Amino acid sequence: MRFWFRRVNWPRNKGPTMPGFLKEFFNRNGIGMGAAILGLVLFWTIGLIILPQLSMLDFSFRPNLPPPEIGGPKDVYTLENYKYLIYGPEGGSQSYNAVDLRVFFRTLLAAVCVTVFNLILCYPIAYYLGQSKGNHIRIFAIMLIIPYWINEILRAFALRIIFGETGVLNTLFVGLGIWDTPFDFIRNDIALYAGLGYAYILLMIFPMYNVIESLDKNQIEAARDLGAPWWRIHWRVVIPYAKPGISSGCTMVFMLSAGALAAPQILGGPSSLWFTQLIYQQFNDNNDWPQGAAYAIVLLVTCILFVLAMMRLFKVNMGDIGK
Amino acid sequence: MSELNLTDVAKTYGNVDVLKNINLDIERGELIVFVGPSGCGKSTLLRMIAGLEKITGGTLEIEGQVMNDVPPAQRGIAMVFQSYALYPHMTVRENMAFALKIAKMPSDEVDAAVDRAARILQLEPFLDRLPKALSGGQRQRVAIGRAIVRDPKVYLFDEPLSNLDAALRVATRIEIARLKEAMPDSTMVYVTHDQVEAMTLATRIVVLANKGIAQVGTPLELYETPDNEFVAQFIGSPAMNLLPGVITQTGERTVVKLDGGGTAVTSIPTDAADERKQVNIGVRPEDFHPVESNPIMEGIVDFTEALGEVTLLYFAAKDGEDATIAKLPGVQKNMRGQTVAVSADPGKVHLFHQGLSMRK
Repeated sequence: MRFWFRRVNWPRNKGPTMPGFLKEFFNRNGIGMGAAILGLVLFWTIGLIILPQLSMLDFSFRPNLPPPEIGGPKDVYTLENYKYLIYGPEGGSQSYNAVDLRVFFRTLLAAVCVTVFNLILCYPIAYYLGQSKGNHIRIFAIMLIIPYWINEILRAFALRIIFGETGVLNTLFVGLGIWDTPFDFIRNDIALYAGLGYAYILLMIFPMYNVIESLDKNQIEAARDLGAPWWRIHWRVVIPYAKPGISSGCTMVFMLSAGALAAPQILGGPSSLWFTQLIYQQFNDNNDWPQGAAYAIVLLVTCILFVLAMMRLFKVNMGDIGK
Repeated sequence: MSELNLTDVAKTYGNVDVLKNINLDIERGELIVFVGPSGCGKSTLLRMIAGLEKITGGTLEIEGQVMNDVPPAQRGIAMVFQSYALYPHMTVRENMAFALKIAKMPSDEVDAAVDRAARILQLEPFLDRLPKALSGGQRQRVAIGRAIVRDPKVYLFDEPLSNLDAALRVATRIEIARLKEAMPDSTMVYVTHDQVEAMTLATRIVVLANKGIAQVGTPLELYETPDNEFVAQFIGSPAMNLLPGVITQTGERTVVKLDGGGTAVTSIPTDAADERKQVNIGVRPEDFHPVESNPIMEGIVDFTEALGEVTLLYFAAKDGEDATIAKLPGVQKNMRGQTVAVSADPGKVHLFHQGLSMRK
């Protein structure tokens, strides 16, 4: 992800500077290497990202037809799949597709909650890592990274062991007499939030750590000297400075939480579907690719619009996110 | 009454002594400069006064009140940082008003204080700009302005000019000197490693070395009557020459027979008991002048540096010996390979025994 952000040099003003930028690029890397790098980047962005997405977009506007009829007279562009999300099946009992819409908005809200929860949890860690010096920081960072060697499924099931009805926490608290009956972490979605939060901790910490590390210690000392209490130092000095890292981390955590599948599948309560699970059902169980594609596109576009709106609200530039 | 009072102040990190036995009285209106080689603890001492670094021994008093455990903002000090430490997302005005707003000063008073400081520092046209739109010198002035608005008892400057280029450094140095003249009652403590800054700005200089104070005095006192070899060699450039020898004659004037063969006469008086003592004489390069006979030092010039106004001669009596340096006025051509014989007025010859000056 970060590799891609760095490699692609967004042209600041389009038009006449483009050839100059390309020329410099080839001068620096040589024709052969330059062409190879450019080719790979283009293959990646166009072949592996843009084209598949475009074909999904195309799918989402087509009816779900049995294979023989694909390309036939019935294979025309339609808004049916999008209408379905809003109005439900034609002739259905309700005027709106209340079930799916509720899942959709709950997913977005939950992703926002996970993001905020992660931000609150990770900011102190990132601040500590960024502002302390010494070998223990490296050990700390390794301890944060190593759990990510374990695959997502295993991590999610491990959390079930902790949060389950007869899991570690319930055994402990019931054993200590703090609770009479086991608390259902899974049904109350606490396990889900913990799992999602945990899954994206690093994506929140590292962008913030990168920025906070470059904060001149003198700025904090000057604030102390100027009489600012600790919370004010963070509010007025550290957080404004770390804003690019905070927005970058929040964007990634929000996008990935909203699009997560494994954690909701494993840790979610029976009554709380994640919107991605609906998408998965459309693709897999209903074998309705166009419907699934439409749901996925709606999720993607809504997430992007939401992030852009948040960026405008908090006055963050696109350039800051790439930092 | 002294403004700032340090008594037996010490700093240790774990088992490592960084500073010990620091005793210093600073009077109101003085500009005190801490100088010393890097790592001597001068910045640490400043930060201890500021309250950013814990004082691990002794007491710090400001206007007679013990300040050891008082938080920085309540010490009546204001610090100007080497890196300026301006807040990039705040305008010049907001940067300067930061402390006053925290102190909940009414906004009309805040504006008045900021405007007054801006006028003194000629920052009025820049008040609504962000720091990144300012030059290095202007940023430095904002950092000073942020201190001035608080009207502190003591200003603390931590190498404020070291991030500026050479030309701007001279200009800003003069500005700081003017600023000090405009505020005769404010006390300033200034840390630098640049001895020109120290010599030009200081009311008194504190030379720090070996975890302690090597000498405190006015710039010219340190130059003319250094207490020890360290200060003698630290102040002045190039450094003072030290030549070993033995005292052969004592009294009003002392005669030293130098190991290099020459003889030096100094106006520093000694007692009969000092005879035969192993000493070092010290002569500044600029105090050497060529002589025909009775030189302090004679040698072959193996290197010269022509600076236009002066010429530096590096010469040694024997190959492999440390070079002695003489600074002769004007341009001296074709000196390389020549034999020179130099001497100095008795009043300009310093005398050190076991590293300490024998001047009483």
